[in-house]
This record gives sequence, C-alpha cells and structure tokens, in this order.
Amino acid sequence: MNDMTNKWIGQRTIRPDGADKVTGRAQYSADFAMPGMIHAKMLRSPHAHARIRGIDTSKAEALPGVKAVVTAKDVVDFPLDKSVMLGIQDMRWMCRNVMAREKALFHGHPVAAVAAINEEVAAAACALIEVDYEVLPHVIEIEDAIKPDAPILHEWNKFEGKPSNIAGTMVLKTGDVEKGFAEADVVIERTFTSRPVHQGYIEPHACTVSYAADGRVTIWSSSQGQFMVRAMTSLLTGVPQSNIRAIPAEIGGGFGAKTIVYLEPIAVLLSKKSGRPVKMVMTRDEVQRATGPAPGSLSTVKIGARKDGTIVAAQGTFYLQAGALPGSPLRGPVGCSFAAYAIPNVLSVGYDVVSNRSKVAAYRAPGAPLGAFATECVLDEIAEKLGLDPLEMRLKNSAKAGDKAIYGPVFGEVTFKETVESILHHPHYKAPLDKNPSPGVKRGRGVASGFWYNAGGESSVQVNITEDGNVVVTTGHPDVGGSRASIANVVAELLGIDHSRVSVLIGDTMTIGFSNLTGGSRVTFASAMVATASTEKVIGQLKERAGKIWGIDAEAIKWEDGMALPAGDNAGKFPPLSLKELAAKANEMGGPIGTQVQLNTTGADPGFATHCVDVEVDVDLGIVRVLRYTAAQDVGRALHPGYVEGQIQGGVVQGIGWALSEEYLYDKNGRVDNASFLDYRMPVCSDVPMIDPVVIEIPNPKHPQGVRGVGEAPIVPPLAAIANAVHDALGKRFYALPMSPPRVSERLEQP
Amino acid sequence: MSKIHVSTSVNGEPVEFLCDASASMLDALRGPLGLTGTKEGCGTGDCGACSITVDGRLVCSCLMLAVEAEGHEIATIEGMAQGETLHPLQRKFLEMAALQCGICTPGVLISARALLEKNPDPTEEEVRFGLAGNLCRCTGYDKIVRAVLETAAEMRETVR
Repeated sequence: MNDMTNKWIGQRTIRPDGADKVTGRAQYSADFAMPGMIHAKMLRSPHAHARIRGIDTSKAEALPGVKAVVTAKDVVDFPLDKSVMLGIQDMRWMCRNVMAREKALFHGHPVAAVAAINEEVAAAACALIEVDYEVLPHVIEIEDAIKPDAPILHEWNKFEGKPSNIAGTMVLKTGDVEKGFAEADVVIERTFTSRPVHQGYIEPHACTVSYAADGRVTIWSSSQGQFMVRAMTSLLTGVPQSNIRAIPAEIGGGFGAKTIVYLEPIAVLLSKKSGRPVKMVMTRDEVQRATGPAPGSLSTVKIGARKDGTIVAAQGTFYLQAGALPGSPLRGPVGCSFAAYAIPNVLSVGYDVVSNRSKVAAYRAPGAPLGAFATECVLDEIAEKLGLDPLEMRLKNSAKAGDKAIYGPVFGEVTFKETVESILHHPHYKAPLDKNPSPGVKRGRGVASGFWYNAGGESSVQVNITEDGNVVVTTGHPDVGGSRASIANVVAELLGIDHSRVSVLIGDTMTIGFSNLTGGSRVTFASAMVATASTEKVIGQLKERAGKIWGIDAEAIKWEDGMALPAGDNAGKFPPLSLKELAAKANEMGGPIGTQVQLNTTGADPGFATHCVDVEVDVDLGIVRVLRYTAAQDVGRALHPGYVEGQIQGGVVQGIGWALSEEYLYDKNGRVDNASFLDYRMPVCSDVPMIDPVVIEIPNPKHPQGVRGVGEAPIVPPLAAIANAVHDALGKRFYALPMSPPRVSERLEQP
Repeated sequence: MSKIHVSTSVNGEPVEFLCDASASMLDALRGPLGLTGTKEGCGTGDCGACSITVDGRLVCSCLMLAVEAEGHEIATIEGMAQGETLHPLQRKFLEMAALQCGICTPGVLISARALLEKNPDPTEEEVRFGLAGNLCRCTGYDKIVRAVLETAAEMRETVR
C-alpha cells in the first residue's frame, strides 16, 4: 500500500484538527476550566544549592482563601538506594524534581505549593511559607563540577570510589582505537563546548485536576503522553492508575520536554487536600528556570584517517550536563556521533554530570546534536587537511547494510549515502558563492550530516464505522505536529473513501489502549502501522458482512474504492455494497463494525540527514546570518508531505538558534539570568531564510507505508554545518556554541 | 479593592466585564470574556501569542490593561472567520500546513491580517519583519511566510 497511484497517502490534505486551530477553538492545557476550580502556585527555591532543614507552612495555611498546602512530605518518596524506572525516567529523581526533598538543588526548584481561591492569594501564601535553608556552595558548569574539590550535589553518589558529580557513564567500543590511530596518516583531536538550550515551546506547562470524593482523578493537561502523565502521577501520589483519567489537551509544542511531569502530581495532591478542582499554570519565567532544558556539553573528539580519506579510528568523550539530578541523554552523542560511518576502531564514552541547574529533559534527538557538532566539525577539518571534498569523504566512509552499528544491531538498509549525494548534486552546493561581497562582510558554505535511531514501541488505534457509514479513528498519541493528518490519509487510502469521511482524534487513558510517548520520531511510524492493522481488520469485517448478505465466502470478496465487490468466480454476480450500505445493515448482520489493535511495533529503521548552509558574517558586529539552507533527509515515505517538510524546517531553525543565539546565562549566585523570551534569544521570523527540505523517500521495507520517522534527524546536523560555514567564511574554527555576536567578535580579535 | 466596570466592543459585539485594576486585557479575554483563543506564551510581550487589534492597531494583549479597552474596538481570533467562511489567511494556513502545534497560530494570524491591511503587497522581507514579533517554535517560519505571501496575492486578485 505505497505507490505513486495512492489517492490520499502523500497528499497535502487539510488536517482534522485544523479548523479549530485557526479559529482559536482548540483547547490547550491552560484553556480548560472546571466549576468550583481554585488556583495553585509553586514556591521555588531562591538558592542554587541549599539543605532544607525545615518548612513551616502554618502562616500560609492560616491566610484566608488558602485551601491546601503541599510539600515533599506529601509526595511519595522513592528512597535513594533503589531505582524504580518508568521508561527512561528514574522515579527517585522524578520525585525529587517535582518537589525538593532533602535539598533544593537549583534556583527555582519547587519546595512547596499552595492552592487558593485565586492566583494572587496563592502567591501571597507562598510568600508566608518559612523555609529554613542551609545555603551550600553551588556549581553550574561542567568543568567546575568535575573538579576534585567541587561542591558535591549528592553525597551518596560515588564515582571511582569517591563522592562525585559524575552520576553515570556509557561506553561503546569496537576494535582498538590506539592501533587505529597508529595506522592513520592524519589525526585531529579537538575539544568543543556548548551551552544548555531550552526546547522553547510557546505553551507553558499547565494542568487542571479534579480529585473527586470517590478517589477518582481527572487530569486535563498537555503532554507528549497521557499514559506517561497517568503513570508518573500514580507513582508520585499513590493513586492507582485505574482511578486516573488523563485527558490530553491540545499540546502547544513539546520537542521532548513534555515527556515528563512537573505539575500534575502536585495538583492532584492539592485537589485531594482541598476537595476542589485545582488549576496550575506556569509562567514563562518558571518554564525557562525550572523545566527542560537540553544539556550543555564538553566533548573531545579525535578522528584518524588515511590520505585517501578512509577513517580508521575515532574516539569521542562526551560530558553532558544532567542538571540537578542524574539522567542526561548520553545515548545521543555516544551512540549517534559515529553511527553513520563504517569505522573499524571506535571508542565512544559519555559522562553524566550533575550541577545546580534545572534537570534536563529530552529535546529532539536528545544529545545527538552535541555529538554531531564535535564529530562533523572534526571531519570537516580532516577533509580540509587532506584536500578532499567533505561530502565525498562522507560518501567514502558511509556505513553499509550488514555493518554492525556501534550501538549494537546490524544495519538493514543504510540510506545515508542518498542524503549526501542529494546535497552533492543539489544546485545549492554547486552555486557560486561570493565570499567577499562587500568590505566587512564574509560569506561561507558548510555541510554536515546527522543520524538518529528512530523508534517503534507501543501504540493502540481504534477504527469504528459510524451508523451512517463514515469513520472515526482514535489513537493514543498526542499530536504535536500533524500526526492526525497522516493517520487520516492512511485510513482513507486503505478504505478507499474520501478523506473528509475520516475523523481522527486522540483518546484519553480510559478510552484507548496503552500508547507510549509522542517522541523519538516514533508516532507516525507506530500509529500508521497500527492504524493499518486496525483498518485491515475492519475491512475483513466488512467483507464478512457482504459475504453474509450475498451468501458467499468472505474470501471471495475484495474491497475496492470503498466497496465490497464479489471477486473470482462470483465477479459481477452481485451489485457492489458500499461502506454506507454495509454500515446501515450492521446491526442485522452481526452488530457494530469496528476494532482496536494494540501492538508493540518494531522495524523503525534509522534516520539520516545531510545539510548544506550558506552564512554571512558581519565582521565588525560579529553577527552571523544564515543566507540559504538546504536539508536532505530520507523519511521513508511522506504520508503528508506538508507536515514532513514542516518537521525538517522546524528542526533546522531550532538548530540555527542552538548554533547562533540560544544559551542559558547564570549569575554568580547560580541564578538563571535570562529567563524570558526577550533575553533567551530564539530565532524570529526575520532571522532566518526559507529552509529548503529535500525529502527523500526510500520506503522502509518493515513498515506498511514505508515510514521511517522524521522529527529528530533534522536538528542533528545544523550546529556543525553552521560552524563549518563560519569557518569557510572567516578561516577560523569555532569550538564553542553559541556563535553569538560577542563570541564571534571575541574570536575575531584573537590572532 | 473593588472591581472596575468596563464597556467595550469585542469582535463587533458590545460587551461589559468587571476586572481588577491590574488585570491585563489578556486576563480579561481569557477570564470573564471566555475567549481563550488568545494565548499566553510569555506575559511580557515577547512572543506575540496574545496578539489582538485595538481599533485596528496590533497590540500584545498581555501588555495592555483591561481597563484601557473602555470605548475601543477589540478584535480577536474568534472574530476572524465569518460563520463557516474562514478568512483567506486561515484557509491558506490550513492548505499550506503553516501550523504544527497551533499555539502561536491565533497570534500569527492576527498579526498577518494587520500586516496585510497596511501593506497588501508585501515582499518576503516585509512579511518576515511584520511577523518578527510572533515566535513560532515548530515551523521554522517557512510555510507561514509562504502562506501570507500567497494569501496577499490571492486577496489582491479578488480586489481586482
């Protein structure tokens, strides 16, 4: 079911949730209200690092209008000595992240929460809570946190036998790097740094929660997984999952960071104590200060190659900032950095480093852009030194089908070369570039590639035929970027009916089977696969019904263009029965038509991307502007090309922000100094050009429509591609991000 | 402190509401007026998700006091379509996939309409600067800019 004659798959259909979103009717998390609802605020630590000796909430509780106060003693404790995992999240850290327990670990760390008749009273009550802090020395940067005399965040955490801020390691190894480097004609080793960046979704975290008298809980919130909200809330409050109905609101961006909870368990506890529905909405300041971000990094990458460009050895050491609690995405740089290349000797090591900043959360291809920044810049330097075209060098070293990936599996298809070739032959790469267009202005071109694993996992899809012969599809995945539109295309195609007859919606935790997070570029892959299985089952039911009506076997019937047709020997013997006619007869022929399929999907092949960028540098002001950007990626099959291109374009522009302007700034007291959209500088419309997506479609043989996954890979190459372009413009290499005007100016002043 | 009574017009209809002296126009829209299509992304005038027009002028409703609405004409996203007929910008945004999560979309549409009212034939650069006050984190702006340019071309055709 995947070819150019498809009627709906591959079409730019109108998304099912579109009209609501352009008219302001779509309900996001902060748009929901309940009768009798009260409002909650969080009290947050004013210190970057402090032991909590005691909390006195009596004055706050006595304030008129206050209905409930919650502290860490109300949250289920997960003792430090025993790990309890939910997916990749350790509940020991989650329980301490939603509410500080022994210590406040970063400025903005929640220490108490108040629910009151309105936000003003709740805020006034927060100010009356007395916290007895023992202020401790803090540490923010990786370089400082790994020093032997660094302030230690978690005394119980040992590394090499001593208390340490290194909370975990990951090592991947193949061959013998020392032997490999000895065989190389050229070896280059460089150290790179990058700053934490926020996912920057425009919708702040928010929820409305009702804890009813019978102990049943309804949660209305936006997340990348209502089942994650249910499970984490259950674990942190003790309410059984069967009592929690988590209803997914429309989500105003997540990019990975809404794969964990911040507010929901606290709101449940406040609602339980107060007996009232509770609404909690973060301010932008709270979002920037206390949620996300993606980690900063300190990476050293060493690559050795022969004169002809063959890479013989590669070594990467990646220190990632976990924030206050363990759990940085080491798997990103350690596993992805060298994965696209066939290298006989590789040693890739990651260190998870805690420091007094907010706990990191997933951000689009978590960690992979940091590894690619280092690796793809070193590759560029090697190609330059050997006088090779950087794309030709990548082609020469591309991994192949049958190679063992450094992260474990043997590659099936590898479609990396196709992405490199498509840039190599693209008019952009061949276009002349005037490198000195005017005095004080320099231009340059850079390329880089990227890899992401992609993912399958659990997904549930219901397909129900309405009595009037139309279709309602329910999935269990929040739709962050148009997945409902893709599913509508698939189901309309399989059923052979007009797209407008298919409605797709997202079920809550009590109306649809378990479905894992929207993340890792998995949702369109997994839900299209399960929607296909579900729709095929329904087609089977429809054929059975037609068979009963005609008195022939269902096997002797085919489904085509929305109709059951007698086939084989019976061809032409009966007039076709349409979906509408079969639906009208459903009850007399065996009951309602519909089904739910639940699968743990597999077969998500990796994603590869190669990018090309032209930049212009204002030498006097240090401003780097992106002039032209082309991004090639193999997506397998674009079920809805508009939203596939959108994923690529959006990922690239986030990468541009990461490379050029975004960073967390801290003051000397360890407080975030730029917790606003004014000072945390994400790209605005006038900062960027059109982004040209080259959508390559080599169908994934393990997926019914050929889907691979799209969303993550586009953010992997931009950091290095832009750094390589800036080098081409200025003749100087940048080993630190962001390449913001002050840093570029500083570097230009160095010899 | 007692509430202040405000009489104003929202999307062409006369309305009255009560608010605190400190309440923003955004609070009034999303609270007593029940118009949650206008979004709060930052509350400091940096993201444009709360864009509305006041007597045709584009403003961030989070930076305007609710009491300032007295006697003025407020327009929000809820008034952009006429019944079942979408505004050409709304229709074009859907046709060209110029939204992903959609949280910035109401503000972007209000800004884009204000831009086209002033400048029916903008260049790409003028669109980019016209929308520079509206953060979008999903789309990378490409499809938004194209949709605004195409709508402008279509609307000029219709006028002719």
